[in-house]
Amino acid sequence: MDPLLNSGDTAWMLISTALVMLMTVPGVALFYGGLTKKVNVLNTMFMSLIAFAITSIIWVLYGYQFAFGADTLGGIIGNPANLLFNGIGVEQLSTLATTVPETVFIAFQMTFAAITIALISGAVVERMKVSSWMVFILAWVSLVYVPIAHWVWGGGFLAQLGALDFAGGTVVHINSGVAALALILLLGKRKEVKLLPHNLGYSVIGASLLWFGWFGFNAGSALTAGGLAGSAFIVTNTAAAAAMVSWIIIDYIKTGKPTVLGAISGAVAGLVAITPAAGFVTVQAAVIIGLVTSVVSYLAISYLKPKLGYDDALDVLGIHGMSGLWGALATGLFAAPFVNELGTGLFYGNPGQLITQIIAVVVVAAYSFIATLLIGKVIDIVIGLRVEEKEELEGLDINQHEETGYRI
Amino acid sequence: MKKIVAIIRPNKFDEVKDALENIGCHGVTVTEVKGRGRQLGITESYRGSDYRIDMLPKTRLEIVVSSKDTEKVIKAITDTAQTGDIGDGKIFISPVEEVVRIRTGERGVKAV
Repeated sequence: MDPLLNSGDTAWMLISTALVMLMTVPGVALFYGGLTKKVNVLNTMFMSLIAFAITSIIWVLYGYQFAFGADTLGGIIGNPANLLFNGIGVEQLSTLATTVPETVFIAFQMTFAAITIALISGAVVERMKVSSWMVFILAWVSLVYVPIAHWVWGGGFLAQLGALDFAGGTVVHINSGVAALALILLLGKRKEVKLLPHNLGYSVIGASLLWFGWFGFNAGSALTAGGLAGSAFIVTNTAAAAAMVSWIIIDYIKTGKPTVLGAISGAVAGLVAITPAAGFVTVQAAVIIGLVTSVVSYLAISYLKPKLGYDDALDVLGIHGMSGLWGALATGLFAAPFVNELGTGLFYGNPGQLITQIIAVVVVAAYSFIATLLIGKVIDIVIGLRVEEKEELEGLDINQHEETGYRI
Repeated sequence: MKKIVAIIRPNKFDEVKDALENIGCHGVTVTEVKGRGRQLGITESYRGSDYRIDMLPKTRLEIVVSSKDTEKVIKAITDTAQTGDIGDGKIFISPVEEVVRIRTGERGVKAV
């Protein structure tokens, strides 16, 4: 029987697409914007805005085609049959989401590409040239995001191997976390290495919008409006809530008081961790995944970062990389065949799944790190990655944009 | 005549203002300022890292009164601005040589 368009599925996918868009702008823009110095607030927000715009263009012209075209070259890249959006009919159904139009699936996947690159900006804020950032978006989405999306989601070699990544723990979060590390190693430390939020209220709004949008991100990744979407929705919320509680408990132990930044950092860490697992695990597993992930990210931020001395300004590696790693491994542990027949984890008698998850994590992390290092190095040689010291001290808003965030 | 400069907690400003009005002291100039005292500010904690915030927001009142009213004004400010905790602020008193009311050209205590 030929697949038929399902209007319920299509409606949910359209809504989910808009929800995921909301995560980048204004979600990430506000979350990061509030955490920086007030002289860098506009630049920080702009990095997310422009990431969304440039990625949108790349995606319709060639990004989607290479990522999700029929597999070719032995699982390395998709065959770009519809370059420049030629030949994609209005009524044509998607091959991967068989009950929704292809245009809807393209738009949905576009928002994932955009948030992945926007997340990286959190590590490099307060010192990267805006021109270099825009060139970096173009190069990184084309050369890093697109192939990795193909490997894991587009029928590439990691998908063929059986790697599970429901909504992007590996493709989005580990990928952006590791790329962030590569880029900050090239950029170097800021003159003033601090995480002293100038307007934590912005960040609370941003993180809350991330949480809200994440329902589209995870439950939308079911690609249908049914039981699986409902299950992904409830585990997503559960993990975020558990991780917020867990981070707050750590705060109590360490400083005696719950911090607001801790609460929203925990929620985001929980959302990251449940992302790869959302369509595979039970609500009970989501509680454990959420509780553990805050410990993982907290340790990475307060012990690993100072020990290794890299300047991950807003903890992209610490939260997205490390909670993404935990989520990818947890998927290999907790995937329950009665939630989704596509995934059976270690605790349900399939230790091989954990090995597959580890392989996928290592391959994606290694490629992302090396490719980002090369892209960053080339940009550094040609136009320079970093602003001048004077500009950094005065702030990027006035120097890179000739604007200021506050006139009061 | 004396100039009284008081650095107080911003959240005590309304109470102090009302107390000054009650003793008949109406003229006051207010600025929002930042500063630190002997304790060098406070500590804030973000994602497990502690930062010393040594420039805290305060409210600065500037009042000029006749010498005989000085103690009354000091008492009104201390009575209302005091919490007993670190960070209550300070009052500085200095002599004023001359006061001129710009509108009328009056001088001295009459112009206060």
